[in-house]
Amino acid sequence: MAPLLLTLLPPLIGGLALFLVRALGTAGRLNLAVSGLTLLGSLWLAWTVARVEVVAGLGFRIDAFNVYLIVLTAFVGLTTAIFSRPYMEHVQASGRISVLNLRLYHGLYQAFMLTMLVALTTDNLGVLWVAVEGATLATVLLVSLYRTPEAVEAAWKYFILCGVGIALALFGTVLTYFAAQLVLDDTESGLTWSVLHAHAGALDPTVMRIAFVFLLVGYGTKVGLVPMHQWLPDAHSEGPTPMSAVLSGLLLNVALYAVVRLKMLVDGSLAATDTPHLAGALLMGFGLVSFVVAALFLHRQRDIKRLFSYSSIEHMGLMTFAFGVGGPLATFGALLHMLVHSLTKSAIFVTVGHATHLAGTQSIERIRGLIRTQPAIGWSLLFGVVAIAGFPPFGVFTSEFLLLTATMQTYPWFTVVLLSGLAIAFAGLFRHLHPMVYGTAPEGQTPVSANLLPVFVHLGLVLWLGLAIPGFLAEWLDRATALITGGGVL
Amino acid sequence: MSLAVMPLLQQFVVLLAALALFLSFVLLAQTRLVAAIHVFAWQGALVAAVTFTVALTGHAGHLYFSAILTLILKALLIPWMLHRLVRRLGLERHTERLRHPALVVMAGVALVIFSYWLVLPMVEQGLAFTRNIIAVSLALVLIGLLMMVFRHQAVAQVLGFMSMENGLFLAAVSATAGMPLVVELGVAFDLLVAMVLFGVFFFQIRESIDSLDVDRLNRLTEVE
Repeated sequence: MAPLLLTLLPPLIGGLALFLVRALGTAGRLNLAVSGLTLLGSLWLAWTVARVEVVAGLGFRIDAFNVYLIVLTAFVGLTTAIFSRPYMEHVQASGRISVLNLRLYHGLYQAFMLTMLVALTTDNLGVLWVAVEGATLATVLLVSLYRTPEAVEAAWKYFILCGVGIALALFGTVLTYFAAQLVLDDTESGLTWSVLHAHAGALDPTVMRIAFVFLLVGYGTKVGLVPMHQWLPDAHSEGPTPMSAVLSGLLLNVALYAVVRLKMLVDGSLAATDTPHLAGALLMGFGLVSFVVAALFLHRQRDIKRLFSYSSIEHMGLMTFAFGVGGPLATFGALLHMLVHSLTKSAIFVTVGHATHLAGTQSIERIRGLIRTQPAIGWSLLFGVVAIAGFPPFGVFTSEFLLLTATMQTYPWFTVVLLSGLAIAFAGLFRHLHPMVYGTAPEGQTPVSANLLPVFVHLGLVLWLGLAIPGFLAEWLDRATALITGGGVL
Repeated sequence: MSLAVMPLLQQFVVLLAALALFLSFVLLAQTRLVAAIHVFAWQGALVAAVTFTVALTGHAGHLYFSAILTLILKALLIPWMLHRLVRRLGLERHTERLRHPALVVMAGVALVIFSYWLVLPMVEQGLAFTRNIIAVSLALVLIGLLMMVFRHQAVAQVLGFMSMENGLFLAAVSATAGMPLVVELGVAFDLLVAMVLFGVFFFQIRESIDSLDVDRLNRLTEVE
């Protein structure tokens, strides 16, 4: 229990304290310290889980599947906090934000981290819902932080779409609870995931089938699946850049995590019916459509943050598809892809934050010659995009290769779609990237103070994962795979 | 599925749920904001009454508590907050012109039929009560959704959102005898925070486009 408390209490207490801190410097450092403590707690938690398999109690349950996402969340939370401190100082210096809003920013940052961690650690489907809805509430004011008409519009859209989506997910949760009550003697535990999983075979398949559709549409809205993705590019492009990094790197993962947990229940319930792979087929369909549509939309973007948010939709679609394919290899690939995508995408958003400060705009057409003006930013962006586009030797290549192999084994025809999608996405990213990093810099463009440490650390890790996945991590992911599919790959 | 064979209390629950569904239609077609808020408050009171009736049938003691929670939150606090916001925004006399009122109500009817159709195969074990109640709550949720799509006024959209939540509460309470207490408290807390944030956004939207007609929020588009 102690490691779990060390993971959850710092963001809770720190978040409340940060609402009160007036000075920006202090708030930034406190934010950093809180995030650091959370990471320590999560590492301790991971170490405990490695020894005892499952940590459970007080309605929480941590196993091999969620523990790696917990560590990832805490880690990206820390590196984004490192980036956010100088970034927000720059924002304040430019006068786009009031002191009150800055206090709000730091408090809500930790509130968001707390909801993410609660969603990942809880064993109760109801609490999971409350936490995911809480994540919307924590971030919606951050999206409108700059108070421009565009930001307010993006925030309203985000609020309404995610609110409606998540309401449908609650209906699905109620239906699941209803199905559980027909089976379980102790009705109070009818929302406890581990109990439901143990009795999955007995849950009424008709109810679970309808419930899953609601749950998928609901949580799928937060994953950013097409056609419920409309909020995502707006929220990413109008909010402050550290927010874009954690939204893309963490929130989408957590929503997908919820979908996969629920798929495990539905698969158990439908196993004996004539449509045992219904949940998987739905995930494949939504995933593939998101993947292809987002890849095409990459070509039309004019705002650099919108560009990379569409890239996030594309990758989330790919992961959803892979979880839908099922089977140990595809699941292992999807889990690895969640990890490398988070690391790479948050690194890209950090770089983009610096690039927009350098150019003074988010418009792709006016960001030019990054390498000439400030090589560190230019090269970081270049390598980040090379990594996210799936080039070897970066980790995204490894996971995408695994996914393609798994698809080839089970649904060979889809490999064609996936490969062409990847090619389209690659072209979409590079046609915008090339002039941004290599073009001639506009006159008078001067370097800005940049802290690229998070980018180097993230890209270094992704490179490491591409060259050689460390043994303990592979084993860790394999245990998660075995948990989800019933069989490992190693 | 004959309603007459059900226990009296269950029949009463179905009656209350049907009234809530009727109020959803009233909400859908009501163009005056203040009147719509009153309708919403009555709907909340009906959901609270359903909770109380289910609590009377006896299984879960904490349902009395959640009945009081629902009454305070849905019938008093949130309507009061909305009322206050509407006054502060100077919208007491605001009426919205619906583009196709008859069509919207027809769409609502279609959604009710759809809900029953969806639920039909689900409860073949002869639970007429559960089937009715799940279908009605699903209809409440979907009509709330319809209202959010058809209305262009931010306050009316929030009313649609809140009546969706009423449908969810109804489903949770009557089909399953209430969610665990911690979940119910969490949902109520989220709802309250959402209401506060909606209030903040009303002012932000008015500041940015000088009206609460969200159709005018159209700066962010894919094609420029």
